[in-house]
Amino acid sequence: MRDIALACLAVWITGLSYGAIAVASGFPAWFPAAQSALVVAGASEFLFIGIVAAGGNPLAAALAGLLVNARHLPYGLALPDVTGRGWRRVPGSHMMNDESVVFALAQDDLPAQRSAYWACGVGVLICWPGGAVLGALGGEFLRDTSAFGLDATFPAVILALIVPALRDRTAALAAVIGAVIALAATPFLPPGLPVLLALAAVVVVLPGRAEARAQ
Amino acid sequence: MKDTTLVVAGMLALSAGTFAFRFSGPALRQRITFPPGAERLLQAAAVVLLAALVATTALAKGHGFAGFARPAGVLVGGVLAWRKAPFLVVVLAAAATTAVLRLLGVP
Repeated sequence: MRDIALACLAVWITGLSYGAIAVASGFPAWFPAAQSALVVAGASEFLFIGIVAAGGNPLAAALAGLLVNARHLPYGLALPDVTGRGWRRVPGSHMMNDESVVFALAQDDLPAQRSAYWACGVGVLICWPGGAVLGALGGEFLRDTSAFGLDATFPAVILALIVPALRDRTAALAAVIGAVIALAATPFLPPGLPVLLALAAVVVVLPGRAEARAQ
Repeated sequence: MKDTTLVVAGMLALSAGTFAFRFSGPALRQRITFPPGAERLLQAAAVVLLAALVATTALAKGHGFAGFARPAGVLVGGVLAWRKAPFLVVVLAAAATTAVLRLLGVP
């Protein structure tokens, strides 16, 4: 629970810089507020305001953002039961983000997965727009997340939470191959695509592969 | 902001599409029963995605290299997590390492 609060604090701080950057790029303060509450996916929102501020077409910016957010489809395929059933699926789906997914995956059974997912999902849904609004009103000094090494917290949070899963050798191999694929593709492909390309690495956990190697 | 209507339309398209991605994963799993092997594959896929996200957000800035300070901080965090340090220690150590390296002039 304390870990989730810390992750949400990091999200809140990133939200501050997102709101400040959006306003500095010429957007009215309500825009980052509305986008952060409706999209709730930081990387795609930074990309959207970046493309539009640079004079790009907003619909092209939306497509670029969707490419970044396509990872939520495999997230939902991996964790189908945490979002709840019936009408709960609607808010439950909106809670899906990198943090809530990784906290859920770090739990052992479904009730624990479900409560971690919802606690973190609600936390992000409060902290991300909350930070964005404050940042939009707060101004210039919040724009630089590299101060205090805050830009290292997002990858560190995710890494800390997948470490237990990486103790399994096959999973670790797949993760390393995936990371290498994504890094190799990053200089050449639009944002979001390298991470999706990394999915090819799951072939190493294909059933039967381990036995074939043992022979 | 030049054309408010178009920008809002873009934002709404991004919101709706992102929600559709989020909603359809669990919805597909409820309609189609996957064999146990496929379920294991899907779990592994989520970990691979997250690992790739760690690598790219730690090492890349746009299409280029982010500099040494950030990945070094993330690496310190990763080693501490592997040695089962508390989550708070992992995250603070990652941020502190990056901040100190930058203070020392490491990009």
